[in-house]
Amino acid sequence: MSGIPHDHYEPKTGFEKWLHSRLPIVGLVYDTIMIPTPKNLNWMWIWGIVLAFCLVLQIVTGIVLAMHYTPHVDLAFASVEHIMRDVNGGHMLRYLHANGASLFFIAVYIHIFRGLYYGSYKAPREVTWIIGMLIYLAMMATAFMGYVLPWGQMSFWGATVITGLFGAIPFIGESIQHWLLGGPAVDNATLNRFFSLHYLLPFVIAALVAIHIWAFHTTGNGNPTGVEVRRGSKEEAEKDTLPFWPYFVIKDLFALAVVLLVFFAIVGFMPNYLGEPDNYIEANPLATPAHIVPEWYFLPFYAILRAFTADVWVVQLANWVSFGIIDAKFFGVIAMFGAIAVMALVPWLDTSSMRSGRFRPMFKWWFALLVIDFLVLMWGGSRPTTGIYPIISLIGAAYWFGYFLVILPLLGVFEKPDTPPATIEDDFNAHYGHH
Amino acid sequence: MSHTDDHSGSRRDFLYYATAGTGIVATGAAVWPLVNQMNASADVRALSSILVDVADVETGTQITVKWRGKPVFIRRRDETDIKLARETPLEDLRDQESRNKNKPDTDASDQNRTLDENGEWLVMMGVCTHLGCVPLGGASGDFHGWFCPCHGSHYDSAGRIRKGPAPRNLDVPISAWHDDTTIKLG
Repeated sequence: MSGIPHDHYEPKTGFEKWLHSRLPIVGLVYDTIMIPTPKNLNWMWIWGIVLAFCLVLQIVTGIVLAMHYTPHVDLAFASVEHIMRDVNGGHMLRYLHANGASLFFIAVYIHIFRGLYYGSYKAPREVTWIIGMLIYLAMMATAFMGYVLPWGQMSFWGATVITGLFGAIPFIGESIQHWLLGGPAVDNATLNRFFSLHYLLPFVIAALVAIHIWAFHTTGNGNPTGVEVRRGSKEEAEKDTLPFWPYFVIKDLFALAVVLLVFFAIVGFMPNYLGEPDNYIEANPLATPAHIVPEWYFLPFYAILRAFTADVWVVQLANWVSFGIIDAKFFGVIAMFGAIAVMALVPWLDTSSMRSGRFRPMFKWWFALLVIDFLVLMWGGSRPTTGIYPIISLIGAAYWFGYFLVILPLLGVFEKPDTPPATIEDDFNAHYGHH
Repeated sequence: MSHTDDHSGSRRDFLYYATAGTGIVATGAAVWPLVNQMNASADVRALSSILVDVADVETGTQITVKWRGKPVFIRRRDETDIKLARETPLEDLRDQESRNKNKPDTDASDQNRTLDENGEWLVMMGVCTHLGCVPLGGASGDFHGWFCPCHGSHYDSAGRIRKGPAPRNLDVPISAWHDDTTIKLG
């Protein structure tokens, strides 16, 4: 059980005792929602609830959309139009689902950057972080396959480009690509399996979310100071914490209401703002759109994929060292997946003894630059591949890797952290006064 | 007793290995069909070859036909196309191989890319060797050939990669003259 001492569920009535000795499910729910939570959590800690809401929203709207959608190359595009025009409230369900994906990614990116700033990934929460990264990967796979289903031009060509990444693997790439697609090109077999997997993966994500929560309920939540909850006794722990229910549930629901206000304004009034108009043209294998762009949430990594062309010296070096096996195309693929891999490895790349960025005077600036870098890469990924843009993406990619592989390891050695408060209680009282 | 123990020990070990081995083989036998079902099905695999009538293709134009789910470019090249392609020194080419299924293991000279000796007909897959987009034709890009809009690869008038992220020349599929005005693909 959780390392923070707190009251546990005690069955009182005869029925409760009868059930508890057979299946302690009420106790499990009680201990989960009554978990002692650091009372100094700020507004950056609300995104977990937003993410949980998104997952439920996507599963619920997705299941009902699947009742009207047809995964066949001749019928898919028309069935989506059927949802938009004929199905009762179908346009709303589809816009909720499509924009729900965007909300999901906005929330996950803020959640991830929250973790990167406050050192949420540091010992003993490495497993929570790794599970979170797996959730993020599963989310990207789900979103990518979902985007293929309407069978528009961006669906088709996005699928061609992304599955082409696997074709870049030396020697076995083409076989893997054909295996993924079910043939030499994106076609009906591809659409069918993407529909099957798009339906499956959210449930895998739900299971991973349960493990993610289990992991941080074992270690206890982090908090903005990075100072751990005192665990000497229940009384001591209660000075640093409040139970999740009702204090944090109410706070999180308030934040969720504010987020949903913006979300429903977008769904209601500008539902196609984040989409690509080209996806309202049915897929055509013989004509590539002039400008293939993935959805906004993939753009930073798409920029990294495109940044490493054959004239970049690291690409030429890799090519020479590997006797030509690693070409520019494969290097781009490695860089794109590597950009996520270095983020997943951050618990072991950050050498600083100070957990929270709040008490790291130098780290703060490098972190701010990382946030800007992420936004610049997002912009770079949406630009054409001519002119100044590839250079900007390359600089952005270099900083992304530099931050994780050079700056974080070195900062732990050179930086002198500030002094954090002794306890969470002190931090709380400094902010909100002593009552 | 000790003799019996040793004896039973070795028999037990054998049973462990035999059980584990059987289990691994059985698991593999159960998983393989689940993996293999994702490979191309028989109807997709069935090799199709098609005949393309090129009698109406004017000099300096290109037609695109769909073959095995992918576009194939058939260009009837004009004098400029041929001159540019044939005057390009081999050492200027990034990919030194012809990538011609009809002429394996040949260099990327223009003669090894075209369907006929004169270099009038160029038949190749309309699939960028970078990530599979369809390049734009009609003397596009910096080398009077094809330009891929996805990630900016430039191919010359013989479909050879000259600039951008693509690693290889555009592939030339199995193709031959069926009669004077018909090309057979596959």
